[in-house]
Amino acid sequence: MIRFENVTKRYGENIGLEEATIHIEKGDFVFLVGPSGAGKSTFIKLILREIKPEEGEIYLDDMCVTQISNREIPKLRRKAGIVFQDFRLLEKKTVYENVAFAMEIIHKSRKEIRRQVPQILSLVGISDKAYNYPEELSAGEQQRVAIARAVVNNPTVLIADEPTGNLDPATAMDIMDLLNKINRRGTTIVMVTHAKNIVDVMHKRVIAIQNGRIVRNEFGLYGYEHEESLEDDTTEEVFYV
Amino acid sequence: MFSRLGYNIKQAFVQINRNKAMTFTSVLAITAMMLILGVFFVATININLFAEVVKQDFDMVELYMEEDFPLDSIKQIGTDYESNEGVSKVEFRSKEDALEIMKSRWGENGYLLDNLGGNPLPDSLIIYVKNAETAETIANEALDIEGVEDIKYYQETVDKLTKTTNFIQIASLIVMLFLVLVSIVVVSNTIKLTVFARAKEIRIMKYIGATNWFVRGPFLIEGIIIGLISAIVSTGLVAVIYDNIMSIIGADIIRILSVPIVPIEYLAINLAIIFVALGVGIGSCGSVISMRRFLDK
Repeated sequence: MIRFENVTKRYGENIGLEEATIHIEKGDFVFLVGPSGAGKSTFIKLILREIKPEEGEIYLDDMCVTQISNREIPKLRRKAGIVFQDFRLLEKKTVYENVAFAMEIIHKSRKEIRRQVPQILSLVGISDKAYNYPEELSAGEQQRVAIARAVVNNPTVLIADEPTGNLDPATAMDIMDLLNKINRRGTTIVMVTHAKNIVDVMHKRVIAIQNGRIVRNEFGLYGYEHEESLEDDTTEEVFYV
Repeated sequence: MFSRLGYNIKQAFVQINRNKAMTFTSVLAITAMMLILGVFFVATININLFAEVVKQDFDMVELYMEEDFPLDSIKQIGTDYESNEGVSKVEFRSKEDALEIMKSRWGENGYLLDNLGGNPLPDSLIIYVKNAETAETIANEALDIEGVEDIKYYQETVDKLTKTTNFIQIASLIVMLFLVLVSIVVVSNTIKLTVFARAKEIRIMKYIGATNWFVRGPFLIEGIIIGLISAIVSTGLVAVIYDNIMSIIGADIIRILSVPIVPIEYLAINLAIIFVALGVGIGSCGSVISMRRFLDK
């Protein structure tokens, strides 16, 4: 599904990833954790071919990410749905149009779009806001739209980069429920986060990166006790009462 | 991208509508370039036509006869020339014929010639030759023939003319190329501003997996539309200007000078074709160039 084989990426003197080997199977739900600057975003940039590694090979399905030409990058990115911390919705388009846009890009017919978009909007629970613009929505609602856009083309993997980073704890948990639901439909999910409490509650596979190295790869808890989790004070209050 | 032409055109118009001032500036700049281009083009075409017409006289040598030289002797000279292998035809033009021809050429102003009180024009022999060499030989020898006062022969004029027109053509070609480059820079800068304003949107599109051509499409059409509008405006302006200049100079003077003028209809059609091709070229090049940086990733 997703395979990193001995991948090394350096930024000048700094290490992004060092000889990282990661295998993520189809249908997995994986948390990618670690202190900031540890190499989490490098991981995502590598999968999406925003950057290329110095060494090693990366595969997404049968596609060798490190070998494809620039022209094939769009094809690669369509295999992966992406959700960002800051949602990145098209501000001038309505909720419906934002989701439809992902389908327009891959030249889906108008008929298919009309059938598929409402289904996805109802899956993420935002049907009633279909004709609102992103700025009229709450943060949680915007993230639902972003998730709808990410999964509308049935990608093999959903990559979520701190999807709950801008959300309050309760909304964050709603989003996690939604991701869980999508995972159960068969979509592989890779979620980058340092929200300790969420990881602990979800109890999924955790891949921990530190200084560019994979330091842990197992089911269970977040496992760090570092300053990063302090940022999520508010979340802690809710989950550690 | 053309499978989604409708989408692209719609998006392009949305963009143009949001950036009216910018579109206007681009159109203005390109139109200015095209106007200068048009003037050069019109001038070049007219000069070329003039040169062509003059060159046609090249196959003919006109011998002006002395006053009161006997008609029989003139005709004899003509017959002599006719037997020359390089000569295709010899024509006698009496002084009366010559005046008539001049009168008809002057048209409405022909009456002015009536006041001359006499006919100052000489009898002449017009010798049509098959090639330039014969013309040169005849021209060189004719003055030695008794009764020939002067000759009219265009060799030198034609040579000079050819050199001049060649120079003008090359010079205007360089100027035109330069103007086209400037136009491309102007358009690409204008579109770069629109692209800049939408850089975030473009990045999102790329993240979702939009191809470069998908993102480029609307901008490309925008550039083409700007080019087209400029082309239409410029064609109209050049046509109006040309028409005005011609009417100021006046058809009479043109006729008197016997300078041929390219008709406005012919010019307008060709200018329109050239301007449209140019506008579309400038517009599309400009937009593609301006987007390069944003589509690298």
